[in-house]
Amino acid sequence: MGSNRPDSDGQKTIGAVLMKMMTVIALVILIVAFTAMLASKGINFLNPLNLATVAKHVAITAIMGMGMTFVIITGGIDLSVGSIVGLCGMVAGGLIRLGLPLDVFGITIYFHVWAIVLICLVLGVLIGAANGFLVTRLNVAPFIATLGVMYIARGIANILSGGATFPDLQGKPELGNTGFPVLGSGQFLHLPLSVWLMVVLLVIMTYVALKTPLGRHIYAIGGNPKASRLSGIRVEKITTYVYMFSGFCAALVGLIVSSQLVASHPATGESYEMNAIAAAVLGGTSLSGGIGTIGGTIIGSFVIGVLSDGLVMMGVSEFWQNVFKGLVIILAVVLDQANQKMNRRRAIAEDKGAKQVAQA
Amino acid sequence: MSQPMSDPEAANPASDPIILRCEGMRKVYPGTLALDDVTFEVHRGKVNVLVGENGAGKSTLMKILAGVESPSAGRITLNGEEIRYDSPRDALAHGIGIVYQEMNLFPNLSVAENLFANREKLKHPGWIDHAFEEAKAAELMHRLNQDIDPRTLVRELKVGQQQIVEIAKSLVEDASILIMDEPTAALSKSEVEVLFNIIAELKAKGVSIIYISHRMDELMRIGDFITVLRDGRLIDHSPMAAIDLHWIVKTMIGEDTDKLFRRVQHVIGETVLEVKNLRLPSETGRLTLDDVSFQLRKGEVLGLFGLMGAGRTEVLETIMGLHREATGEVLLEGQNLAGSDIQRRIKRGIALVPEDRQREGIIQTMSVASNMTLAGLWRIVTRHLHIGSQAEQDQVHQMIRKMSIKTPSPNSPITSLSGGNQQKVIIGKNLITLPKVLLLDEPTRGIDVGAKGEVFEIVNALAAEGIGILFVSSELMEIRAISDRIIVLSRGVISGEFPREEATEDHLVAASAKIHP
Repeated sequence: MGSNRPDSDGQKTIGAVLMKMMTVIALVILIVAFTAMLASKGINFLNPLNLATVAKHVAITAIMGMGMTFVIITGGIDLSVGSIVGLCGMVAGGLIRLGLPLDVFGITIYFHVWAIVLICLVLGVLIGAANGFLVTRLNVAPFIATLGVMYIARGIANILSGGATFPDLQGKPELGNTGFPVLGSGQFLHLPLSVWLMVVLLVIMTYVALKTPLGRHIYAIGGNPKASRLSGIRVEKITTYVYMFSGFCAALVGLIVSSQLVASHPATGESYEMNAIAAAVLGGTSLSGGIGTIGGTIIGSFVIGVLSDGLVMMGVSEFWQNVFKGLVIILAVVLDQANQKMNRRRAIAEDKGAKQVAQA
Repeated sequence: MSQPMSDPEAANPASDPIILRCEGMRKVYPGTLALDDVTFEVHRGKVNVLVGENGAGKSTLMKILAGVESPSAGRITLNGEEIRYDSPRDALAHGIGIVYQEMNLFPNLSVAENLFANREKLKHPGWIDHAFEEAKAAELMHRLNQDIDPRTLVRELKVGQQQIVEIAKSLVEDASILIMDEPTAALSKSEVEVLFNIIAELKAKGVSIIYISHRMDELMRIGDFITVLRDGRLIDHSPMAAIDLHWIVKTMIGEDTDKLFRRVQHVIGETVLEVKNLRLPSETGRLTLDDVSFQLRKGEVLGLFGLMGAGRTEVLETIMGLHREATGEVLLEGQNLAGSDIQRRIKRGIALVPEDRQREGIIQTMSVASNMTLAGLWRIVTRHLHIGSQAEQDQVHQMIRKMSIKTPSPNSPITSLSGGNQQKVIIGKNLITLPKVLLLDEPTRGIDVGAKGEVFEIVNALAAEGIGILFVSSELMEIRAISDRIIVLSRGVISGEFPREEATEDHLVAASAKIHP
């Protein structure tokens, strides 16, 4: 070969860059389009109050999507997150409303809100650990394992209240368990707390992904599990961590949602897992494993959030919203495939060019 | 477009001894030139042997002939007429069939269904004529002297029988040219005889055979013509009668023979690794490894030779800690490694370069740099947590220089590198862990001659640094050249041990074929 330094980052065509930025561009187009269309109806899409609402919705998808992203990068999938949202919400609601009755002693324990939050997060992590155990130790395919856990968790959420809602989760001062709604309604620097939680997780997880052995190992496992094992990576352990983390994220969302509603309903979080998967995929995470970024998932979450809120404000029916969401997801993946094909062609073309130069 | 060559014999195609001619074949893959202006002639009704080392371009050429890949340049003439095709179906329509090295059968379908896969004989639209297919399959099995019921599921057949079903697949459509890519790789000795009889019969019926194999004795026996490829180029072409084994080896390996077999005196120190009474049960209940014991010393290159399935890879994997069910002791500098998992063994100084680079070596989705530091991240991180960019880059740059790895940048995807350079990345990855013992499982497989020489130099240099090296190879010349001492495995048992001076080809082959009660 003639030149031995074709800086692969340096000579990307504008087309390739545009392709890479595809999701960001789609997001900008969506925002501009909705702003324009809603302006004609006299609604300002970009007013701060509205943006805060959109951001709240985005945060829910994004927090679950980030947990999902790591799972998908290891080559797995986690269908149980939606049910974990429901179950953890119900557990939080039950502990606030009913406490923990210990019939043996004839007493009922009411926990402080902080303890309740902790219990729910631990519960999410444990459910994730169960997923991880099924996948890594009992060799159940991730799709099946988490599907089973999804049904189980949803079932238990319903059993806890007999299918009823726990309303009015303000807590009682005499029981010392007030303050739960703050998580959903609280603000810091004019932004909802859930958005800050999203930002904190984004920072931590991006650091983990890029700069720690754990992150490297997660990517490696998805790229080639056998080679990872031979490189000394504890594949079972790290895969389990990843499901545990996904369970943690889902539990957090469960708390946020029931806090926002100041009520918990057993059906909360149904089909949230699909939004989380969609956000990851829109953000460029490959379902075959090994590829994906946390930042991409955040952008994917924004696309989903802006799209559905925009459509709601346009007055589009929920049924049509689903149609649009489906189309956007498919379009994103089709474009991504086209992008990869283009990259391969370019590599071959460059190679041919180099050969011709070498021969001349 | 130029006309076919004005070959005097081309006027009457049937009398032309050359049935198929490839000219100027060229194939470019990203990062590699797999074929470079290769001309290949297939003699009518003969066995045309194609040899070359791994990575020489044989498989690529065969894939082009079989229609699996399209050439980047070049033309193919069949019976004097230029033909073009771009799918295996088209190739078969021209009478060119292929029997792959890795069998492409559906284990869950019957023999007859496999034979007619994707060309089902239909009774009515949507209805398969099973009776016809089974009758035809039975006829083919009879023709191949095989007692196989066409309704048997392929899964239930022995490997040798599956190979025959593969051959029968090509015969369903009366292939006039049959490509066989290492057809004996998985066969037992008696199955090989059956295959050779079939080849003789096919030849008698005018079928031209292209035969690829690494087994010299086989190709000397059944070949009529031989073509040697090296580094994607045609090196020589000759009738088999005119040449001998020595010629083949010399032509395959080329001028680099001397360099490749340059013997280096290693300075050998004290024992670094001791393996005692290793036993590894297999799924069938037989022992994959039976009472394997040996010692490896600092600075020594210990060759581990044996045929496929002898248990070579399993020895290395057991030392690495991959087989928890194994019994026996592995001692590193006198310390028992029992209870240490792979990660701990790596940290204590054992490193493995696995046999199958694609499946067990590289992480395809990662860059050269990330692949290289993967096993040794613990040496780079600060506070068990943070991977410093500078520390990582330093390691990677140092290794790229030390191993002279050709890569556009450390951040290029590993898949953009040639096989030889990928292998060097994998070796580099293992060196970053500062091993005391390096286990090399067929480290030169699938890489070109130049890279082979470089791998040899690296091994010699590492031995000089005092690393104990266990070198597995099934290539006799290679293992004899590099090793200070060679142990031979046969069916999981050590069947011979030879110091360098006594490790003649005859000794090694005899020991590897030893059969135990």
